[in-house]
Amino acid sequence: MKKLASAPYIIWMAIFIIVPLIMVAYFAFTTADGAYTIDNIVKTGEYIPIFVKSIALAAIATAICLVIAYPLAYILANMRTSTQSTMLMIIILPMWINLLLKTYAWQTLLGNNGLINNVLGLIGLGPYKLLNTQGAVILGMVYDLLPFMILPLYTVMAKMDRSILEAAEDLGCSKLQSILKVIVPLSVPGIVSGITMVFIPAISTFIISRMLGGSSNLLIGDLIEMQFLGNSYNPNLGAGISLVLMIIVLVVMAVISLIDSSDKEDDDGIGGARI
Amino acid sequence: MKRTLKYLYTALVVLFLYAPIFVLIIFSFNTTKSHSVMSGFTLKWYAELFRDRTIISSLVTTMIVAVSASVISTVLGTLAALGINSMKKLPRSAALQVNQLPIVNPEIVTGVSLMLLFVFFAARMSFSLGYMTLIIAHITFDAPYVILNVMPKLRQMDNNLVDAAADLGCNSVQAFFKVVLPEIMPGVISGFLMAFTLSLDDFTVSYFVSGSSVQTLPVTIYAMTRRQVSPKINALSTLIFLVVVAVLVVKNIAERKNMKQEEIRI
Repeated sequence: MKKLASAPYIIWMAIFIIVPLIMVAYFAFTTADGAYTIDNIVKTGEYIPIFVKSIALAAIATAICLVIAYPLAYILANMRTSTQSTMLMIIILPMWINLLLKTYAWQTLLGNNGLINNVLGLIGLGPYKLLNTQGAVILGMVYDLLPFMILPLYTVMAKMDRSILEAAEDLGCSKLQSILKVIVPLSVPGIVSGITMVFIPAISTFIISRMLGGSSNLLIGDLIEMQFLGNSYNPNLGAGISLVLMIIVLVVMAVISLIDSSDKEDDDGIGGARI
Repeated sequence: MKRTLKYLYTALVVLFLYAPIFVLIIFSFNTTKSHSVMSGFTLKWYAELFRDRTIISSLVTTMIVAVSASVISTVLGTLAALGINSMKKLPRSAALQVNQLPIVNPEIVTGVSLMLLFVFFAARMSFSLGYMTLIIAHITFDAPYVILNVMPKLRQMDNNLVDAAADLGCNSVQAFFKVVLPEIMPGVISGFLMAFTLSLDDFTVSYFVSGSSVQTLPVTIYAMTRRQVSPKINALSTLIFLVVVAVLVVKNIAERKNMKQEEIRI
């Protein structure tokens, strides 16, 4: 009886999750007439520079987010409880603003007649070409996704048992040592989910690159979008690129979760200290 | 000294997060279209915004899609969580793995995979992409979050409660409504709210499955930013920002009240 309750959703998942992914794979290995081919995958090879660029920009943006968010999460977790909840609200509020509007904000700021170049002009500098550069794309990624790095890091740090830190200091750890040997290892789950929550949207975006990178900074997302809704309509090639993107994401996630699980093995060594 | 440094750092990050939004808001009141020189104060962009048929109709579309998708996915997801929770280990983890796919897959892949499906069947069954495909797509990415919110509540629930209800003469439907549902309600509500906000906010998936006739608000905003920079978008951003602030403040106050009441009860 109870098992029947999930039947509608199991069917739903089969039709709207599994079948569409099978169709991506099918389209990736067929021509427009439905004949088998590996041309789409081979052709994806021509776009290797774009793949490399997407991975590099997303990785840089993720690293910057981690560097900015880590100290902030630590500071937040050590504030008074009442201040914490207010600060947390301030930090997560931008998560609720649509990504398009946040990116649009930077589009207006970075333009040749934008506020930044105008202010620089007042002190006799510029105008610099800020918009339609790789730097602008990275900035957009960091700005749009930073809260997604702060939140999971804050969550693990707020839950951290203070007495472990005190114990480390009692046992002669310096402040720096206790950060490196206690806080960082214990915050690995937060780091892992933060990296996933920033890297995946960053590597698959087409909004940020389109709005801030111009035509010379195409990313994987732009390539896919162009094959489905753009000028170069070719869903078979688009499916091929999507398949490769999925594989890249899977590999990255597998590598990241490896870091997490190797940490868990260490934990077993100290006898379930976390409990 | 150290304290000052901490506050300074926090203030800098907050400034980075908010400065662009505030600049956007300030220039929504500018008399000219410039985004760098304030020439005077006006509300004309707001007036134009409300006269813009495309924006109003896409706002209505967004609400219709978000409400239908979040309600349906809450019902579908809660029932699914109930069933999956009572499954044996292997089918349960298989179901949860598939459920995880729309969450971990890049949005663009979810979007194009559903587009392929819809276009394939639209050609053969003569329907066109629009409201129906939008709602189906939204349910597909909403429901996994409902399940993730309901599952922990089901696991926390004492199963003896259901047995007790059955012993006292409840049939399984009655037991669900009188015992199980009240127990898991917090999870159902947070799942619903998450689904609703995800639907409101979604651009990528909607962009691929909405077809040419129906547009949600984010899709319209995207089209507007492609054409040219218009202060109407600034005005719209200001309104959205105010709504978000209002919702979060109300939510925070409600949570604090709840916490205080619980303290009193204890």
